[in-house]
Amino acid sequence: MIDHIKLASSKSKGKRPYFHEDPAVERVLNITMAIAGELAVMRERMDTIERLLEKKGLVSQEEIDNYVPESKEEETQRQEWHSEYISRVLRIVQQEMEELENPDKSIADIANDIDKM
Amino acid sequence: MAAKNLPPVWNKIAKHAMMPETNHDERARYNFLASLNKHLAHVSQGNKMAYEKRVEPAFKAKNGRDIASVEELQEAISKDAHYQIWSSLRRSTMEMRQQAGRSIVLRQAEELRDKAEEFNKGKSTLVLDPNCKVPEYLLAVDNHLMPGSYHTELIEGDVTPAANYDSGIFVTTAGLLGRYNDGGGKAITSWVKKTYPDFAPKRILDIGCGMGHNVLPIAKAFPNAEVIAIDTGAPMLRYAHARALDLGITNVTFMQMDAAKTIFENESFDWIQSTMFFHETGGKSIYTIMEEVYRLLKPGGLTLHIEQPQYTEDMSLFEKFIRDWDALNNSEPYWSKMHDIEPIDLMQASGFRKEDFMQIGAKAENDLDDGTQKADEPEDHGRSPIWNVFGAIKN
Repeated sequence: MIDHIKLASSKSKGKRPYFHEDPAVERVLNITMAIAGELAVMRERMDTIERLLEKKGLVSQEEIDNYVPESKEEETQRQEWHSEYISRVLRIVQQEMEELENPDKSIADIANDIDKM
Repeated sequence: MAAKNLPPVWNKIAKHAMMPETNHDERARYNFLASLNKHLAHVSQGNKMAYEKRVEPAFKAKNGRDIASVEELQEAISKDAHYQIWSSLRRSTMEMRQQAGRSIVLRQAEELRDKAEEFNKGKSTLVLDPNCKVPEYLLAVDNHLMPGSYHTELIEGDVTPAANYDSGIFVTTAGLLGRYNDGGGKAITSWVKKTYPDFAPKRILDIGCGMGHNVLPIAKAFPNAEVIAIDTGAPMLRYAHARALDLGITNVTFMQMDAAKTIFENESFDWIQSTMFFHETGGKSIYTIMEEVYRLLKPGGLTLHIEQPQYTEDMSLFEKFIRDWDALNNSEPYWSKMHDIEPIDLMQASGFRKEDFMQIGAKAENDLDDGTQKADEPEDHGRSPIWNVFGAIKN
């Protein structure tokens, strides 16, 4: 049996070109684009489910498109989801701000500190 | 109102027995990548703007002169933010396309192998040669970032390189080659039929046939001809042969052979064809192969080669540079060198007469009818099915 998961992501021959001064930018961009792709895949799957539900007469696409929260509780749950989702995606920005507010020692320095504790 | 020029959904691709099975999300992934490719063709237009508005003026201000070479241009534009993001997105998209294709075919490598064997076993129209050496120029690089290239066998009897190619080229070209990815073969067949209505080739050779997509329209148009298609990649040939049989084409013999040294007799073919082959060869081999074409062609025989557009003298430095982008960053390195060879010189060096040389432009024939052939799309350099065809009638 071949390791199809690992092999699918194999590198091709030749040194990979990088286009930004810092390869880290490119690395993150590649991960981001892969996630963008998977989000598109998920969106298409949702679309399939909605269409199947409509074809089977369970829910119409119009019902889905026109849906608005029907209670305060639903409103809160949905807005909470957005809030948590955005916080999760933009975690690094928040952490950089926290660091800006409270400049931190490096972990190596902390190790040295702890060594004396 | 629908957005214009949307790429066709992947499931428009023609189904045949060898086409890998795909599930919902795999097809969706291909749909995303086709759209992303198309989108980036538009983003690519910003490179010219950035070059003209930022890169050129900055170079001139600094050096007191214009950019004088492609190398200087490369150096200057590589610092431009738009060029950087377009390049990195395009590279990333191509890597994702390979990953997407391989994740489809590798999980079913054994099933695909078994399907091919079902078609191929006991057939005299598939001739594999375990002693055939893969040419050095193919071992040196994985063309268009295809890990393992055309020849690597991950399992015995592997066909996955071809299955990956077949299922994914529709994505890279956003369907511009048609449902069978055979727009090149169809275009050349039509041109030959129209230009030489009395031409009735008895023996036809296709060199570097790959998965056989471009030789099938030729074989179909000349059903009484004996067609031989050669390639050095056994996985490609196994798949090509099974695919051809499933599509009902029985007059093609697929043989594993190096085009530079075939086993055929002198002057034994009426037509020798290659499609998008020479730019994946090498600087010496290109001459050896063309000499072999000359040797094999009957007097009065026709040879045609579909290739990437030629560089012309009036082509701007920028256009040359951007046309070369794929060669270097999509790993088709010989393409960047082949520009230095004039097809007429290549053919003359191989024995053809200057006055017999011909060169025409060609565009893929596409059987899709959903806006994929619109002319108002920007040319996606290195992707658009707009080609140079060169060749000769041997006299």
